[in-house]
Amino acid sequence: MTAAVGVRRPFAWRKALDWVAVHSLGLALGLMFTLPIVFVFLTAVMSDSQAFTKDLWPREWHWGNFLEVFEQAPLLKYLGNSMLYSGLATVGMLVSSIPAAYALAKLRWRGRNVVFLLVVGAMMLPPQVVAVPLYDTWSGLGLTGTLWPLIAPYFLFDAFSIFLLRQFILTIPQSYVDAARVDGCSEFQALVRIVVPMARPGIAATALFCFLYTWNDYFGPLLYTSEKPDQWTLSLALSTFKGMHHVQWNLAMAVTLLIMVPAVVLFVFAQRSFVKGITFTGVKG
Amino acid sequence: MTATLERVDVARTAQAKGRSRARARHRLTVLAFMAPAILGFAVFFGYPLVATIGFSFTRYDLINPPEWVGWENYAYMFSDPLFRTAVHNTLWFVVVLTVARVVFALGVASVIARLRTGVGLVRTLCYLPSLAPPVAATLVFFLVMRPNEGPLDAFLGWFGIEGPLWFADPVWAKPGIAAVMLWVSGDLMIIILAAVLDVPPEQYEAAELDGAGPVRRWWHITLPTISPVLVFGVVNSIILALQLFTQAVVAGSAASGSADVTGSTKVLGFPENSTLTFPVWLYTQGFRYFDMGYAAAMATVLFVISFAATALLVQRMRKASHQEES
Repeated sequence: MTAAVGVRRPFAWRKALDWVAVHSLGLALGLMFTLPIVFVFLTAVMSDSQAFTKDLWPREWHWGNFLEVFEQAPLLKYLGNSMLYSGLATVGMLVSSIPAAYALAKLRWRGRNVVFLLVVGAMMLPPQVVAVPLYDTWSGLGLTGTLWPLIAPYFLFDAFSIFLLRQFILTIPQSYVDAARVDGCSEFQALVRIVVPMARPGIAATALFCFLYTWNDYFGPLLYTSEKPDQWTLSLALSTFKGMHHVQWNLAMAVTLLIMVPAVVLFVFAQRSFVKGITFTGVKG
Repeated sequence: MTATLERVDVARTAQAKGRSRARARHRLTVLAFMAPAILGFAVFFGYPLVATIGFSFTRYDLINPPEWVGWENYAYMFSDPLFRTAVHNTLWFVVVLTVARVVFALGVASVIARLRTGVGLVRTLCYLPSLAPPVAATLVFFLVMRPNEGPLDAFLGWFGIEGPLWFADPVWAKPGIAAVMLWVSGDLMIIILAAVLDVPPEQYEAAELDGAGPVRRWWHITLPTISPVLVFGVVNSIILALQLFTQAVVAGSAASGSADVTGSTKVLGFPENSTLTFPVWLYTQGFRYFDMGYAAAMATVLFVISFAATALLVQRMRKASHQEES
C-alpha cells in the first residue's frame, strides 16, 4: 500500500506536466493555422502605401477596402458566375447521384461491384487526363467560353458524390428498406420515403462538398472560360486580381478574404455534417 | 396422386413466371436508377479516355483534322527537356507531399486526440484553412512569405536570419507550395483524428497497466490500429500530388510579378521552371500551344500512373472489406 502511494505522487506530477505540454502544443497548432489568415486580414485593412511595408499592424483601419474592391473589379458578376456554377452543379448532382448511390448500396444486381470500381476509378482520375477530348467536343458544340461544359456533367455523373452517398446509405440498416418493400413500396418509394429522410445528414454533407469543390475549382473555369472575362468565376478572377491593379496588396487580400466567406459560413452552420462527411471518405472504405 | 402433382407443377410454373417477371422489373428499376450515371460515365470518362489514347498518336491543333503520326509524340518526350523538368517536379511533390502530409496530419491529430479541453476549438482552427479555395490559400502564403516585407521574414529577422526570395527562388518555390498544401490538409487530419479516437480504450488501459508510457502506447497501439487510414492518406496524397496544378500556376504567376495567368505562357513554371508540374506542362502544351496530340500523350502517361495508384487503393479497400466480413 505504502509503495503504491509513493509511486503515485511523481506520477501525478508527470501527468500535470503532460497536460501542460499537450495543451500548449495544441494552442501552438491552433495559432499556427490561424496566423496566416490574421496577417491577411491585417493587410486587407491597411492603406495602399502601408500594405507595401514591413508593418504587421495597420496604422489606420481602412474598412472601406472591402467596398472598394467591388468598384475595382466586377466582383458581383464573378460572384453570379460562381453561384451559377456551384448552385446548378449541386442541384444536378443531387438529382443524378442519389438514385445511383441507392442502387449501388441497397439493390442487388450483377455487375454492381464492377460499376462501383469504375466510380472509384473515375473519382481518382486527374481532370487533366480527359481534358483534351472533352475540350475538343465542347468546342465542336460551340460551348467553350461558357460554364456549361462544367455544369452539364453533374446532371449525369459525379463520381465523388456517388461514392460518398453510397457510403452513407450503406449505414442505413437493410431491415428498414426490407420493411418498406414488404409494405408494398416500390424501390422508388423506398428511396424517397425511407432512405432519403434517413440519409439527410449524408446528403447535406455531399451537397456541401460538391458546392465547395465547384466554388474552389480553378482548372475547369481556366480551361473553358479564360478567354471570356465576363464568364469568370471568383476563383479564376482572384488569380488575376493582382495583375490588373499593379499589386495592391490590401485589395488583393480583401478579395482573398471575401472569397472564403461562403465556405466559412457553410462550415459554421453545418460543422457536424462536414466532419461526418470527411470521416466517411476515409475510414469506411 | 398425379392430380396433386400436376397442381403443384402448375403452381410452380406460375410462381416461376411471377419470379421472372419480378426479376425483369427489378432489372428495369436498377437500370432506371443507374441510367444517368452510366450515360455520364460513358460520355465524360469512357469516351474521353479512349479518345485521349487515340489523340496521343496524332498531331492535332483543334482547327485542322488530326493527322496520324504514330509514336512520334511519345518519342518527343525523351528529347523535350521541359518534359523531364515536369516529371522531376511532380515526382518531387509526390515524394515530399506523401511523407509530409501523412506525418504532419498524423502529428496534429495525435495532439488533438490527447487534448482534454478545447478539442472542438483546436480541431476547427486546424480544419478551417482547408476550406479556402486553392487560389486564395496560395495567395495567403504568398503574402506571408513575401521577401523582406512578409511576416515570415520578420519572424526570421528576430533570429538574425535573412530569408530567401521564397516563391521567386527556384530552390524555395516548391517547398513554399508544399507549405500551402500542409496548411490545407485539414481533411486528412480529421480522417486520421476520427480513426485515432476510434481505437478501443480498453487497449490503452491494458497497456497502461503493463506500464507502457504515452509514447509506447502511441507506437504499439495507435499506429497499428489506424494503419488502414494511413494507407488511405498515402494514396490520397499521391493522387493529389500527381494532379497538382492550381497552386503551382498561382504561385508561379504571382511570383513572376504579372499575375496575368490567362494571357501569357512564360509565367508558367516561374521561377526557372521550378513550379512547372506535369499537369501544368500538359495544360501549356494542349491549351496554350494547341499541341493537342502531345498533350494527349502526356495525359495517357498521367493516366497510367494514377491508375496504378488507384489500383493500390482499391486493393486495400477490398482487403479491408474482407476483414470486415470475416
